[in-house]
This record gives sequence, structure tokens and C-alpha cells, in this order.
Amino acid sequence: MPEEKTITELGLDEYKYGFRDPEEYFFKTPRKGLDPEVVAMISKHKNEPEWMLEFRLKALESFLEKPVPTWGGDLSGLDFDDIYYYIRPIENQGKTWDEVPENIKNTFEKLGIPQAERESLAGVGAQYESEVVYHSLRKELEEQGVIFLDMDGGLREHEDIVREYFGTVIPPDDNKFASLNSAVWSGGSFVYIPPGVHVDIPLQAYFRINAENMGQFERTLIIADEDSYVHYIEGCTAPTYTTNSLHSAVVELIAKPGARIRYSTIQNWSHNTYNLVTKRGVAYENATIEWVDGNLGSKLTMKYPAVYLMGEGARGEILSVAYAGDGQHQDAGGKVVHVAPNTSSRITSKSISKGTGRSSYRGLLKVHPGAVNSKSRVECDALLLDEQARTDTYPYIEIEEKKVTTEHEASVSKVGEDQLFYLMSRGLSEDEAMAMVVNGFIEPIAKELPLEYAIELNRLIQLEMEGSVG
Amino acid sequence: MSGNGGGLMLKVENLHAEIDGQEILKGVDLEVNLGEIHAIMGPNGSGKSTLANVMMGHPRYEVTEGSITFDGEDVLEMEPDERARAGMFLAFQYPSEIPGVSVANFLRTAVNSVREQELNPMEMYKLLQEKMKIMKMDPSFAERYLNEGFSGGEKKRNEILQLLMLDPKLAILDETDSGLDIDALQVVARGVNEMRGPEFSAVLITHYQRILRYIEPDRVHVMLDGRIVTSGGKKLAEELEDKGYDWVRQEFGAGTQS
Repeated sequence: MPEEKTITELGLDEYKYGFRDPEEYFFKTPRKGLDPEVVAMISKHKNEPEWMLEFRLKALESFLEKPVPTWGGDLSGLDFDDIYYYIRPIENQGKTWDEVPENIKNTFEKLGIPQAERESLAGVGAQYESEVVYHSLRKELEEQGVIFLDMDGGLREHEDIVREYFGTVIPPDDNKFASLNSAVWSGGSFVYIPPGVHVDIPLQAYFRINAENMGQFERTLIIADEDSYVHYIEGCTAPTYTTNSLHSAVVELIAKPGARIRYSTIQNWSHNTYNLVTKRGVAYENATIEWVDGNLGSKLTMKYPAVYLMGEGARGEILSVAYAGDGQHQDAGGKVVHVAPNTSSRITSKSISKGTGRSSYRGLLKVHPGAVNSKSRVECDALLLDEQARTDTYPYIEIEEKKVTTEHEASVSKVGEDQLFYLMSRGLSEDEAMAMVVNGFIEPIAKELPLEYAIELNRLIQLEMEGSVG
Repeated sequence: MSGNGGGLMLKVENLHAEIDGQEILKGVDLEVNLGEIHAIMGPNGSGKSTLANVMMGHPRYEVTEGSITFDGEDVLEMEPDERARAGMFLAFQYPSEIPGVSVANFLRTAVNSVREQELNPMEMYKLLQEKMKIMKMDPSFAERYLNEGFSGGEKKRNEILQLLMLDPKLAILDETDSGLDIDALQVVARGVNEMRGPEFSAVLITHYQRILRYIEPDRVHVMLDGRIVTSGGKKLAEELEDKGYDWVRQEFGAGTQS
């Protein structure tokens, strides 16, 4: 059939971002594996204050103590001793793309970052292995007092703010992977939006793993001061290796009274990456936190963005899309905790599974006593593309207050023979018909993304689906 | 194109088809010439809708015997999308809902799939406006999700809108008239009549004679128990209306004739 030929010709049936650069690094830990010496080496190399070294070492203890969680995906293929925990690709960060070494610059060119920056972004951070290699922020935002730095730069230049908030939303002993990140974190973003400042176009960070057996542990802290607004977008890719990579990030959001933070992720890791991420935000009076989370790629993703509604009138929203193809497990969902009265939340989860892929929705809705008149709604929809695909749902609901409204809806649907026949009878090939049903399924979430990203999300899902039928 | 000025467009020969091992079509013969409109009438369960679905290639039906030739090509060898690109169209009795996909988005993809040359967005927009006007549809309709929450009448109108947009050589209309009030029926008929011409053929599948008042058929066939049992001009439809399907059963039903 002509369509198939086109797909093969374009090479779209392969993971497009699987290319790799030669590994030439400024600094790399001399061995794989993790112990206090490696942690101290990272901290020393970064010239960190003493308190951060202590923070790291305490976190390491907690990492070593905690067992590997068994309640979620299969982590048995993950060997913590077979990973490089820190790789610094270059000595100094670039402020213009010309200052970034040619091969790394080319990588980001291929990923379309400089172009996106020119066209539609307020600021860009590009992380390669453990360090951010490029950073920029539009001048007018800088003048308004917006801070957008890599996390290491944030620690150097704004130690007081970092020390006040770092690890307060996700404590270092929160879970095994948060502990791991706290011990070896490097890179990520530090964002501060002053009171009343609205950053109208998004800030973006892009995370790229290049080296084999690499662990990437970026750490992001976003503080939106009173009545401010920011939209932060992250994208991620890695080359395809035969061995596994690990990505274990920690993202902390703080929305002060009246502020709004929207955090969007289009994650597209190669199919041998373990993606184990802790994301959590706290929203104070009348503040809003929104997570828009697109999970494609990876071997196993375990990620449940959380919102703690701490102040009266706070609002939380979690929109999550996951695509699990052959051999992939997407264990994703969301967590909302209502602490204050008159708070509202909504979790919308859409998962797509195909072949031996498995998608799980895992979510927690908790309402504390006293969170009167809180409203919450959880909706999780699963779409199965064939007979073999699997989906499961683990909704945990703990309500400790009587005067609340909660709704929970779950649905599982299969792409129907009749739907495909209908679309095919209008001239669409089976692949196109399937893609149309899937794009329609995720439309409620895609429409929340800026147009370019919505198109990207649809395109990525389409690429993942190539050859999924027939 | 194989024929000109009344050449053979569609030929169905001794067609047998079954679903889940149960035979529904038991030897259908039908010939439709270019430019002709044929009506196939028959009581419930006679196999009319099965015939429509089999002609378009629904995967749930298995053709066990016979052939379908469209414009000189063996249709049974073709996937539904290939049939569409060859110029066949089926207006569904129960069109599927596709949540999240707008009518406009769907039509854009469909129109460009069947056309040799894609339309640019402006041409597409104009074409859609023009066709929606014929179907007396509000422009906002194009932004609704395909068939989701549509009333019965809206679904049928939307099917005919697709017919106008895709501009096929042959349209099969599967009970497009059922459940329509008189106004909606007139709009639907107007859409089909818009297509009528020397290059367009249609097979109207219907239970009632009513729609034939607005779309005048060149031939009328009566289907019973998986076969076409009698054919005639438009008078046959009126006769059916007067005498009812019991008459057909008595005349042509199993056991009454050898």
C-alpha cells in the first residue's frame, strides 16, 4: 500500500531521536555506582556550600535504606551499580548558541530547540547529560525581576531563596527516587516569578541524555510569588542503547496566594529509559497549579504529579496522557490533597495501550478534615488499540470530611471495528483511521497545550503507533 | 472510467455473504448503469443493510461466493479505503461517533484522501461552506465532534454532507430516510439530487416508498430473504406501498414458489 511505503521512506517507524553523539566530556565520575565518595565528588566539583553536601549525604543514606518499591512497575531490570551518576559535558554554560560546542548545538538543532526559542518562547534551558549547557531569558523578563537559571546557577546566585525552599515540597526522604535525586541532583531549572508578573509566553527546558548507562537527575524548583503567572514546558529525549538509562527528576512548585503555575511535559524517552519522577506542587490561597503531562516513550514510567491545596480557594488540575506500546509500561496518574476549605481539583487521565504495552492509572484523592466545600473530580479513560493490550486502574480515595463533592468516572474503550470501518470507508487507511481515533481521544488534553506542542504530541503518538495495525 | 453515457458502473453477481457463520445474502444479482439511481426495498431482515455493508467492505461480513465489480474493478480484492478512493461511498444507517475529532477536521482528511490532488485550506473552507449551505447546516456544525451527541436527523444530514464533499461515482444510501421528519427528508433528498447527473450512480436502500417521492429512481428492486426477487420501474414502489410486504412474501417468499 502506498502509505506504508511513505512511512518506511521517511524512516518514521523508528524512534526518531535515537541518534547519539560521540562521548567526549569535560568531567565524568571515574566509576559507575553510588556511594558517599561519589556524592561528595559531585558536590565538590560543583563547589557547593556545605549545607548542600550535607543535604545530599543525608539523602543518600535514605536512598540506601529504602527498598525498591514493588507496588508499581517492574524495576528488576534497573541496576543502580551500572549507572554513571554525573557527567559534565562542557566546562561552561553558553549564553548564546554559538558558545555551545558544535556537536551539542547540532543535537539541539535536530530537536528543534533554537527554532522554538526564536519563535515562541520566553526563555530556554537546555540540559545535556548532567549539566545545563545553554540558558537564556528574554531581557524584558529579566528586567521585571524574573529569575530563570539552571538549578546550580540558582544555588550560586540566590542561595538564600534556594535554601529556604529547596526540598520543602518533596523532602529528601519522601521516596526512594526522590532520595536518589536529592543525593546526586544536577541541572534542572530554578525559576522565580516576582509578585504580579505574568510571563505570557512559556519558558522551556529541554533534557537530553546522550551517554550510555547514564543517569539524569535534574532538579527543578519554581516559585511563583503572589498573583504571578508562569507556564513552564519541559521536553526530553535520549538515544537508543541496548543498556538502560535512568531518568529520575524532582520537580517542586510553589504557588503563593493568587499565583498560577502551569507545568507541561512532553516526555519522549527512548524505550530503554526508566523514567521515575517525583513532581509535586503546593498551592496557597486562591492559587492554581496545573500539570499537563504527556508520557510517551520510556521502558517504564512511574510518575504521579501531585498538588497540595494548602490555602482556601486553591485549585489543582492534572491532565495526563500516556501511550504504552510494545514492551512499555506507563504507570501514571495524579495525586491531589485538599487541606483547606473551598478548594477544587480535577484529574483527567487518558491512556492508550497497544500490543504488549500496559498502562496503569494510579491516583490518590485525599481530603483532610476541615477542607469543607472542596470539590474534586477524577476521570480516567483508557483506550485499547488491540486485543492484547492491557490497562488497569488504581484509584485511591481518602475522604475525611463530610461536606465535600467528589466525582469519579472511569472508562475503558477499544477502538471499534465499526469506527475504523466508518473512517476507512471515507478513504483513510487503517493506520490513519486508528491515528484519528487516538488523536480524538486525547484531544481534551492536547487542546490545553500551546498549538505547536499539541501538534507535536499528536505527531509523536502517531510515530509511536506506526505499524500498530495490520 | 470504463463506460460513458450509461455504461455499467456496478455489477453484483450471485453474491453470498455471511456473518458469524450465518448466511444473510443468498445470491444477490444487481446491475447499475452510470447515471442511474436504483432503489432497493424490502422488509426488515431481508438483507438490505448487509448488502450495503458488504459492498463497502465491512470486515465482519465474509463473502463466500460471487463477485462485485465496480467501474471494471474487482471490489472484493479491495480494502474499504481503496473502495472509497475508487469512487464508492456508503451513507451509514448508524454512523459511528468519533469523540474529539471535529467534522471539519475529519472532512479535511477524508476529502484529501480520496482526491488525487489535495485541496489547500482556503479551497477546503469554501467547499465546506458551499456544501453546508445546500444541507442547510449552521457553520458551527463543522466544529462539533463527529456524530457525538448528534440527533438522528443531524447524523443523516452529516452523511449527505460527506457525500457532497467526497463527490463519489457511486453512493450507497443505507436507510438514510429512516427516522427523519419531512423537513429533514427534503433536505437529505436535496443533497442527493444535487449529485444527480450522468457521472453519478446511486443505490438507495429503504424500507419505505416515502423518500422515492423526492428522489425519483430509475429502477426499483425488491429484496427478500437475501435475494433480489423482483425488479421494475418506479411503479413497483407504488405497488409495494399499496399492497405491503406481505404481498411480496406471498408472491416471492420461500415455499410459495418453487
